[in-house]
Amino acid sequence: MSMGEVRYLISGDCAVCVEFGNEISPEINRKIRAFKIAVEKQGIEGIIETVPTYRSLLVVYNPEVIRFKKLTERFETIMGAMDSIQIPPPTVIEIPVLYGKEMGPDIETVAAHNGKTVEEVIKLHTSGEYLIYMLGFIAGFPYLGGMSKEIATPRLKSPRVKIEGGSVGIAGEQTGVYPVASPGGWQLIGRTPLKLYDSDREKPVLLEAGQYMKFRAVTEEEYRRIEKQVEDNTYHYVVYEKEAE
Amino acid sequence: MGIKIVNGGFLTTIQDMGRFGYQETGMAVSGVMDTRSASLANILVGNDVNEAVIEVTMMGPMVEFTEDNMAAVTGGDLGARLDGKPMPRYEAVPVKAGQVLSFAGMFSGSRAYVAFAGGLNVPAVMGSKSTNMKSKVGGLEGRKLGAGDVIGFSAPKTWLPNRKDRKLEPEDFSAREITLRVLMGPQDDAFTEKGIATFLGSTYTVSNEYDRMGCRMQGEVIEHKDGGDIITDGISFGAVQVPSHGNPIVMMADHQTTGGYTKIANVISVDLPKLAQCMPGCKVHFEKVGIEEAQDLFCQERAKFRALKASLESQTAPASEIQAVALAAAANEDKTSWADQGTYRVVVNGDEFLVNLKKETVPFRR
Repeated sequence: MSMGEVRYLISGDCAVCVEFGNEISPEINRKIRAFKIAVEKQGIEGIIETVPTYRSLLVVYNPEVIRFKKLTERFETIMGAMDSIQIPPPTVIEIPVLYGKEMGPDIETVAAHNGKTVEEVIKLHTSGEYLIYMLGFIAGFPYLGGMSKEIATPRLKSPRVKIEGGSVGIAGEQTGVYPVASPGGWQLIGRTPLKLYDSDREKPVLLEAGQYMKFRAVTEEEYRRIEKQVEDNTYHYVVYEKEAE
Repeated sequence: MGIKIVNGGFLTTIQDMGRFGYQETGMAVSGVMDTRSASLANILVGNDVNEAVIEVTMMGPMVEFTEDNMAAVTGGDLGARLDGKPMPRYEAVPVKAGQVLSFAGMFSGSRAYVAFAGGLNVPAVMGSKSTNMKSKVGGLEGRKLGAGDVIGFSAPKTWLPNRKDRKLEPEDFSAREITLRVLMGPQDDAFTEKGIATFLGSTYTVSNEYDRMGCRMQGEVIEHKDGGDIITDGISFGAVQVPSHGNPIVMMADHQTTGGYTKIANVISVDLPKLAQCMPGCKVHFEKVGIEEAQDLFCQERAKFRALKASLESQTAPASEIQAVALAAAANEDKTSWADQGTYRVVVNGDEFLVNLKKETVPFRR
């Protein structure tokens, strides 16, 4: 994989921003993911954590262990050796969703806005695999790409005061899931029984940047069953390797 | 037990050095605003610098001790009182069950830190005891402290080695005009030459919009080449964000992990405590430094903390203290003139002894 032109931007004395571009594209996301994995494989001492975003990977480090100059030299070496570093293919995580009714009160608005039936909205929404570009804003909130423009719908004119955690919505050409209850103006089309964020769980946030999400429509009965399994910690997450494009 | 909150004050939270390792999931780091003051408070009472402390903001709380311990108050002078009498700042002070710690008012600075020997007994969530109020995790139930809250001590101590040395000159936070050294970037190239000159050459005033997330300043507008919006990028503590309105906002401890505004520079780590202690109205100048200098300063400060901790933890007791321990042990006294009861390691001519002041003397050889 060619990493293209990369810039190492100073982000204070304890972080460096490794910038891969200035646009939202699956190509840049792939590079960021690959570089993140490569850096983690190297186990460079002094790196505290890495934060992937649309355009860059922020690397937080301890300058007592490694200085800016030395660290970026290590990065250059990694960039040059990307072809020899095994990057596992991204995974797809299945997100069961109960569409419509009280779980998705705006699904008819979305259907009417696009001249579709509710069934067609569900079919379109469950058809794609959505790339998780990054997580941010609040813990576990995925910035997704890849929604069909055929179900794009503007935000609500007046936001709701409270949206339940797990709510699946549409805002313009974006779709997303609220990890926890919060106010918001998204058109709600359904809800997942999965917890995208649970501070008591060993891995508090379910999703990862670079991973894909696939929504699957479930019945109310199945929703309740999964909800209980999640509660009891017996739910088996459906995660599989993404097929090469 | 430990402490009971009688009155929570304006904004009192439990914080350590922050929750690292989860920013990629959108979880903010949080942690203390003034890392230097919090580190020193911990060192004074014999803790690891990362131990959880209480961060007191402007109008302090009233806290009742329910167990004896050693405590230290550092940071801004918010008028710490122990049972109504001034409590020495930057000093390890013994506190007794029933005593009340209160804060009389703001004399200088805006945030004080209270460290307790042995630390606070709250669970580490995702590796940290820091309170993240937005995600409602860490500290005590992920929220600020209020009346009736009870927090236990983990391992309280009524004695610490080198007691008389456990005091420091308080840092002076009384300045109404400060200079913050900055490292330019990551998006300094989004500004015109004039914009950069404005940023480095003019005076900014800290506004009322200053909380744990960020510090908004007002002053001469910093000119962008093409607006202040960017495709979302990661953020560091101390990043100086300049949205299209052209006024700087310094991102503080509770800052979001990512953001879509240009960041002209970052305040260097060792200067952030000065800003953390600032009050609205404070004048701020930004001065450019290089990465080598900033990282030298960072490392020097850490080295200083380690040296201070090592000297305070040094366990070799001077001869007069050995005598006192031996006499007290022989006499089976509970207390001596120099220390409270407890177990001590004493070294006599290279031989080590564990001396328990209360019960017996046990020879101990390496």
